[in-house]
Amino acid sequence: MKLFPSLPLAEWVEALVDWLTNADLLFEAIEMLISFILTALQTVMEVVPIPVFIIGIPLLTFFFAGRKIGLTIFVFLGLFLIDNLGFWEDMLIMLSLVLAATIISVVVGIPLGIWMSKSNTVEMIMKPILDFMQTLPQFVYLIPAVAFFGIGMEPGVIASVIFGMPPTIRLTNLGIREVSTEVIEAADAFGSTPSQKLYKVQLPMARTTIMAGVNQTIMLSLSMVVIASMIGADGLGDIVYAAVGRNDVGSGFEAGIAIVIVAIILDRLTSGFQLKQKKK
Amino acid sequence: MTKIRVEDLTKVFGKKPQRALSLLKENKTKGEILEATGLTVGVNKASFDVNEGEVFVIMGLSGSGKSTLVRLLNRLIEPTSGAVYLDDKNLAEMDEKTLRTVRRRDMSMVFQNFGLFPFRSIQSNVEFGLEIQGLGREERTQKAIEALKLVGLEGYENMLPDELSGGMQQRVGLARALANDPEILLMDEAFSALDPLIRKDMQDELLDLQQTMKRTIIFITHDLDEALRIGDRITIMKDGAIVQIGTPEEILTNPANNYVEKFVEDVDRSKVYTAQNVMARPESVQPEREGPRVALQRMRQSGISSIYAIRRDRELLGIVHASELSKLVDEGKDDFSEVIRTDVPRVELHTPVSEVIDIITDSSVPAAVVQDGKLRGIIIRSSVLSALSGKEVNLDETISESTSS
Repeated sequence: MKLFPSLPLAEWVEALVDWLTNADLLFEAIEMLISFILTALQTVMEVVPIPVFIIGIPLLTFFFAGRKIGLTIFVFLGLFLIDNLGFWEDMLIMLSLVLAATIISVVVGIPLGIWMSKSNTVEMIMKPILDFMQTLPQFVYLIPAVAFFGIGMEPGVIASVIFGMPPTIRLTNLGIREVSTEVIEAADAFGSTPSQKLYKVQLPMARTTIMAGVNQTIMLSLSMVVIASMIGADGLGDIVYAAVGRNDVGSGFEAGIAIVIVAIILDRLTSGFQLKQKKK
Repeated sequence: MTKIRVEDLTKVFGKKPQRALSLLKENKTKGEILEATGLTVGVNKASFDVNEGEVFVIMGLSGSGKSTLVRLLNRLIEPTSGAVYLDDKNLAEMDEKTLRTVRRRDMSMVFQNFGLFPFRSIQSNVEFGLEIQGLGREERTQKAIEALKLVGLEGYENMLPDELSGGMQQRVGLARALANDPEILLMDEAFSALDPLIRKDMQDELLDLQQTMKRTIIFITHDLDEALRIGDRITIMKDGAIVQIGTPEEILTNPANNYVEKFVEDVDRSKVYTAQNVMARPESVQPEREGPRVALQRMRQSGISSIYAIRRDRELLGIVHASELSKLVDEGKDDFSEVIRTDVPRVELHTPVSEVIDIITDSSVPAAVVQDGKLRGIIIRSSVLSALSGKEVNLDETISESTSS
C-alpha cells in the first residue's frame, strides 16, 4: 500500500492541453503560417530542375566549405544517388520540413537568446526550460502537437522546432555574453545606444557562435524527421518509418542513407559558412 | 583652468552599497568594511582636479581602484556617491542621453587590451565613434584617415586588427579615440600590454602628439617609471583612496607616506631627474671686467682648479684653468680671454641625468648647464651621485634664479 496517493500529473497535463485547445484560433493561425512556409519552400525547390540541384549544391559546398575537392565530389555523388534511388521528391519534402523548422527556430530563437543575454533573470528562467525541451523524449512532443495541430507536416514542424530550437537560443545567449568586456566597454565609451551596441558590436562578435547554434538546430530538426513521420509527416522519414513497420531492411537502409547524405551536406554547408566568417 | 573636478567620488561594489557609505564617513578601512558588510570599496572618496591640457596620471598597484576610478569618470561604472564635474556639468547625475553625448563628443577612451572590434577593418574601427554619431560616410572616412595618419598608420586601413602587432593595435585604439576629436582622453593602462621597448616608443609618441594637440589626458598606469615619464601630475592610489597628488618631482622627493616611499624606492632616478635638479651654483668670472688675478683669487677661495668665464649677460664663453691663469699673471698680462677654452661639456636644463652622466664621465671639468647659451649652473660628479642615491636635489628654482640674478 502506498503511503501517499500518487499525484495525478497525467490528468493535470491533459487538463492543460484540453484547456489550450480552446485557443483554437491561435493554433489555426500558426498552422496556416507553417503550411505557408512549407508550401513556399517546396514550390521553390521543385521549380529548380534536378540537374541544376545536383551540380549547384556541390559547387556551393566547394566555395563555402573551404574548397575541399573530396567533399565536393561526395556531395555530387550523394545527390546523384538520392535521385537514382528515386527519393528526390521525398527528399525535398523532408528538406522543406527541416528548413521550415530551422527558419522558425532562428526567427524565434535568436531574439529569445538576445533577451536571455540581456537579463540574468530571463537566463535563470529560460535555462531549465531549455533543458526540459532538450531532455524530454522527442516522442512526447508528438502528443500535444497532434492535439493542437492534428496530423500532417505542420505538427511535425512544431515538434522539430521545440526539439531543435534550444541550441540556437543557448548559443545566441552564450555568444553575446562571451563578447569581451573591454569590447563592450569600448562600444559604451564611444556613446553607443543599446541597439547600436547590439547590432554593431554584439551580434557581429557572436556570429560564429550563433551559427554553430543554427547548425545544431538543423541537425536536431533532421533527427526529428523519422519521428515526425509517426504523426503523418511525409518525406524520407516516412519511408524509413514504413520500412520499420514492414521489417523491410533494404528500403529502410536506402532511405536512411539518403537522410545521412542530406545531413552531411547541410552540416558541412552551414559549418563551412561559420568557418568563412571566422577567417574573414 | 580646471577641466574635470572630482568630488568625494565613491564606488562600493555589492548589494545595497549605501550601507558602506556611513562606515566610510567614519574613516573605516576597506578591510574593516568588507568584514562588517561584505561590500568591496572600489574607490573611496576620491577628490581631485584635472587641469585643461595636462597629462594627469593615476597610479597604483592592481586592486588599488585606479581602473574603477577612470570608469567612474565616463560612467562605464556607476558611482555610488560623489560628483564628477566636466566644466560645470555633473556627469554623475546626467541622464543616459546627455551622458551619451558627452561620451561621443567630449571623452574618448583607450583600453589596456585595445578593445578593438576584430571583425572590422582598421579604418572601420577608427570610424566607429563617428559612425555611432551618425556622421556620413565621406566625413567619417576623411576623419579616420586623418587620425590614422596622426598615429603613423597610413596604408593599414583595410587590414584587420589581428593582422597588426600589439603596438600597432594600440595605435589604432588611440586613433579611434582621437577621431572623435575629444577634449579628454581616458587611457586605461593603455601601454601596459605592450613590451617595454614598444611601450617607451608609444610614451614618446603620446608626448609628441600631446605637444600639438593639447588634450586633457587622464592616464592610468601601475608603472611608476611610465607615470614619471609622461605625467604632468601624478596621483597615487591605495585601497581605493588617493594617497598623494603631486608633480613627479614632488612625489619622488617628498613621498607622503611609507606607501608612496616604497613605490618610489626602485625608480631609476637617472631617468627622472634632469640637469636642473643636480646642478650646483657656479663660480664664474667675467673677462670683460675682471682680470686673471681676480679669477685666481676666486678659485683659491672655493678650492677649485678651473672656472667658467661668462659675459655680463651670463652668456657662457668657456672655461679657464688655474695653471694657465698663473702663467698670464707671471707674464704680467691683464686680459685672459686668449686662454679661455670653449670646448666645454654643455648640457641643457632639461637634459636627463642619465645623459649627463655620460658627458661628465668623459670630462675632467664640471659640465656647464646652459639655457639659451647662458650659464645657469654646473654639474660635478659627486652631486650627480648623491642625487641618484636619493638625496639633495634642487626641486625649486632658487639655485637657477640666484645664479641668473
